[in-house]
Amino acid sequence: MTAGEQPKKPALRLQGVKKSYGPVVAAAGIDLVVEEGEFFTLLGPSGSGKTTLLRLIAGFERPDAGTIELGGRDVTALPPYMRQTNTVFQDYALFPHMSVGQNIGYGLRIRHVPGPERRKRIDRALAMVRLTELENRRPNQLSGGQRQRVALARAVINEPQVLLLDEPLGALDLKLRQEMQIELKQIQKEVGITFVYVTHDQEEALTMSDRLAVMTNGQIEQIGSPVDVYERPASEFVAGFIGISNVLLRDGVRFVVRPEKIRMLAEGEPAPSGTTVEAGQVEEVIYVGMSTRYVVRLDRGEQLVAVRQNMDAIGDAQKFEGRPVRLAWTPDNTFVLDKREVGSP
Amino acid sequence: MEGFLARILLRLWVILILLFLFIPLVLIFVYAFNTSNIESWPIPGLTFKWFLPTWNDPDIRRSLGLSLQVALGATALALVLGSLAAFAIHRMTWFGKEVVSLMFVLPLALPGIVTGIALYSAFSFSNVTLSILTIIVGHTTFCIVVVYNNVLARLRRTQGSLVEAAMDLGANGFQVLRDITLPLISTAVVAGAMLAFALSFDEVIVTTFTAGAQNTLPLWIFGAIRLGQRLPEVNVVVSFVILVTIVPVLIAARLTGGGGTARVPAAR
Repeated sequence: MTAGEQPKKPALRLQGVKKSYGPVVAAAGIDLVVEEGEFFTLLGPSGSGKTTLLRLIAGFERPDAGTIELGGRDVTALPPYMRQTNTVFQDYALFPHMSVGQNIGYGLRIRHVPGPERRKRIDRALAMVRLTELENRRPNQLSGGQRQRVALARAVINEPQVLLLDEPLGALDLKLRQEMQIELKQIQKEVGITFVYVTHDQEEALTMSDRLAVMTNGQIEQIGSPVDVYERPASEFVAGFIGISNVLLRDGVRFVVRPEKIRMLAEGEPAPSGTTVEAGQVEEVIYVGMSTRYVVRLDRGEQLVAVRQNMDAIGDAQKFEGRPVRLAWTPDNTFVLDKREVGSP
Repeated sequence: MEGFLARILLRLWVILILLFLFIPLVLIFVYAFNTSNIESWPIPGLTFKWFLPTWNDPDIRRSLGLSLQVALGATALALVLGSLAAFAIHRMTWFGKEVVSLMFVLPLALPGIVTGIALYSAFSFSNVTLSILTIIVGHTTFCIVVVYNNVLARLRRTQGSLVEAAMDLGANGFQVLRDITLPLISTAVVAGAMLAFALSFDEVIVTTFTAGAQNTLPLWIFGAIRLGQRLPEVNVVVSFVILVTIVPVLIAARLTGGGGTARVPAAR
């Protein structure tokens, strides 16, 4: 992982971090480097160890082995209140006996930031999350989205080295969640703080992250940019967890074709040159608004999902159900998982 | 129409129960203003004439003083011990925690006479002379329980992530306690103290076994009723005891029922 000479230290570096709870391995020797100002996401199903990793970075848990560095400084043995990290909790954890302003200013008050400076920063933080008028409200007088923004402001105001977010949008409804995704990303660019973001929502991870790590069973399966991870999944797990994956085995090579890369040929339509064509039968047609999903059983046995944009003639989609079709894709658009030393059947 | 009838009947029933509970109390109040010293109905007239002699009675004064001292002492001890016990049980995850928790609560469930006799034997076994201190110790055994229960219930209802959030924002253990935990449990602590005070102030049975020659106010009432003399003064004193115990209980109910949390000084 050493990338030669680096001008500045990474915001966060984990080396061989291990943590088990009895027989359950939550972190099985994690190595990870997050650069300054990066929006980094830990993506994985529940129980994959992503929240444990976040809690280890925050200092709520101590690793069994390995080291955690923040800005080049080893903080493995430091308690949470001595680390330059701040957390946005899944349940927000707003102090119910304090007003919005007091919640946001708590970190500065504890660190003895002088009054006028504190006032200025509280005002700026309130403006950033558009809650200026609600400064004197109590958390129980706020909506879910507003609470979420208070939690964010309370963490960001301290200008931490790394901001940790534990499924911060999990409790919001879809519409609000999508709005907050955009807002969060904007705020991150604005303040330039390194974000480490935990989520199980692959779409959220793909839209927001600069880079992401896909986790399962306490291990990182793949680290890369959203495009890397989506287009070139390192394992079947990654391919399956991020988006719909069609895994095929042909001539001893296992590879992935993404649904949107598959072209459904009309009856009698010649296959474009350079494509692989396979025949099958449409088993199911699922209308999902912007597009339609076709579940196709190939004549060779596997099931594939193809997606088509609903650009033309709505209503003809259902007609495909039960019909034989031919699917075409170019080899460029497939991604090889592994080669097996087995002859073709 | 049936719903209407049912509602009327239900209300009537509630009123009957309330009357059943409160008529005896009201009677005591009324008798305190009785012109005659014989309790008979209807009372011949209303007067304040029993109040002054009651107030000036040295026995009653001494008993009142003792009762107040005992109640305050027991409440103070219960506050410290009960809160600490609640914190320990809440935080720790040791094996047998439930058993220890039950042992804390038991004195309230045990019949007073058992606690009383047990304490009496223990005191005479260890040659402790019965005094105000032994009464306070006796009362503390069950006063701890109400403080403990109140504080533990509040701790359990408080989000665990709040402590982590405060630590995350830079607060050390002491600062978390001062800024987060104590403000959040303060009303529960006060409510527990109020209930403890009320419990101690009118306690009879345990007091009988742990008091030496002194009389607390309830003991004085008990003695005066047995002798059958000075009934009007007894009624005045009992009315007073009712007020002194009911007010803290009401305050405690308000503090815990509101589900609210006390205001703390502004963060700025």
